[in-house]
Amino acid sequence: MTGTGVGPELIRLTGVNAAYGHHTVIQDVSFHVHEDQFTGIVGPSGSGKTTLLRILLGTMRQSTGAVVRQQGLKVAYVPQLETINWNFPVTVAECVLMARPQRGLFPRTTPQDRRDVARVLDRLGIAELGERHIRDLSGGQQQRMFLARALLRDPQILLLDEPTSGVDITTRHDMLHLLAELHEDGIAIVLTTHDLNGMAAHLPHLVCLNHRVVGEGTPAEVLTPDVLEVTFGARMEVLEHLGMRVIIDEAPQQRTA
Amino acid sequence: MIETLLAPLEYSFFQKGLLVAALSGALLGFIGVYIVLRGMSYIGHGLSHSIFGGFAAVQLFAAQFYAVGAALWGIASALAINGVTRRTRIGADAAIGVVTTASFALGVALFAKFGTSGPAFENALFGSILGITTGQIIGLVAVSVLAVVVVLGRYRALLFATFDPEVAEVSGVNVRRLEAIFMIVLSLSILATLTVVGVTLVAAMLVIPAVVARMLTDSFGRMLMLSTVIGTACGAVGMYLSYFAGVPSGTMIVLVGAAVFCVVLAITGGRGLRRSAGLDTHAGPGVPGVPATTR
Repeated sequence: MTGTGVGPELIRLTGVNAAYGHHTVIQDVSFHVHEDQFTGIVGPSGSGKTTLLRILLGTMRQSTGAVVRQQGLKVAYVPQLETINWNFPVTVAECVLMARPQRGLFPRTTPQDRRDVARVLDRLGIAELGERHIRDLSGGQQQRMFLARALLRDPQILLLDEPTSGVDITTRHDMLHLLAELHEDGIAIVLTTHDLNGMAAHLPHLVCLNHRVVGEGTPAEVLTPDVLEVTFGARMEVLEHLGMRVIIDEAPQQRTA
Repeated sequence: MIETLLAPLEYSFFQKGLLVAALSGALLGFIGVYIVLRGMSYIGHGLSHSIFGGFAAVQLFAAQFYAVGAALWGIASALAINGVTRRTRIGADAAIGVVTTASFALGVALFAKFGTSGPAFENALFGSILGITTGQIIGLVAVSVLAVVVVLGRYRALLFATFDPEVAEVSGVNVRRLEAIFMIVLSLSILATLTVVGVTLVAAMLVIPAVVARMLTDSFGRMLMLSTVIGTACGAVGMYLSYFAGVPSGTMIVLVGAAVFCVVLAITGGRGLRRSAGLDTHAGPGVPGVPATTR
């Protein structure tokens, strides 16, 4: 999997600070996203991952620093599953179609709308679920539905907030493969995760964040005990297994030994 | 039997009342879907009281323009609720509680100090469908048309902003503007229907048809349609029954709505309850200024 980012630049952050009231969440973050990038923003809860994602999305303004986006950039976003009201009365097809702007005064679903929804659902392997209520999907299917909604916008960059949070191992693997395929199709991907072994170690490019950027590079470059200690505030052991980094949280007694 | 049933239709005031009750039920059922799905069921109760406060206050200074004044008062309250909810840690229910009760109390205090009760005041409190004027009917029709144009014209954007406001924003929907427009339509809808069902009952007609519709379907489009039909039917049947029962029309309209709710609950059972279970939860956007646990 490539994706360390050498193509044209889509978003550039320079010296960005962001705060909620007087509480500064990210400090002096400089970071750019290229057209062929596949990046994981790694850090513990409260480290500023979601804030950084919101600044990339443009739904939050930085207090200082510069954010420059490519003109006409098409961004799509997949939220955390936990933030959704799954009892909301929408079917899968209705949910996907939300991303298509309405034309005219009457909310008519055109044949083109139907074809496009069917195409993205098929692309994500959930073509037969269009009429199902969103509550009746598994966690993996729910993620695929949101990816389908994002793809309907034909995005250049896809941002995902903790896409594997709360899903089982099989679903996590499926999601990784699916994102790799979308990246191969030419979509830049930036996601947040605190899952080091299940997600971060498999990605081509990582940004370790703890209010500021602690490290940036490939997993081999940044998944080191020193960088992880500053990022997560705990000493971790890093092993090598079949060319992959495996991170082990040191037990408290090991730390004090 | 049929003659008895048709008897009230011989009176023009009843024909007019039937039309207005059905239209009010349809309008509140239509708008109520968005209110219920946003977890803002209490807003109907709050705004109707707020507007009542506006009625009271405006009558003191410009009685001939009480409707315009009360509308502006209601719109200001609705926008204040929206603003407070978005910009602070206060949830929608608490913001509604603070803004609308303060508005109501201010209106009543002004009235108690300086005013005397008049017909508009009494009508706002209890509803007076049979005494409704042509101007009020025109107002109700105009607000209904406005609501249909706004909701259908921005159908997908409103649905997106109600379901997932943060992603809607990213996808090009101006959520703040849309919410403000919707709040204005809601305030005008409540104002236009106050004289039909009264302050205390307008909230019920915003919520009951939408909740019943939610119990019957899992599709948003069908819920919107069903809620409008149920609201219309409750308005018409309630109006009709009030003639025979000799009780105020607003009371009977709400009682019919409550009866429909009970019947649908009995039919759909657990399935209906499961569908309506999430109506008090709303996936709102991350409120600027409020750190979330995931940040």
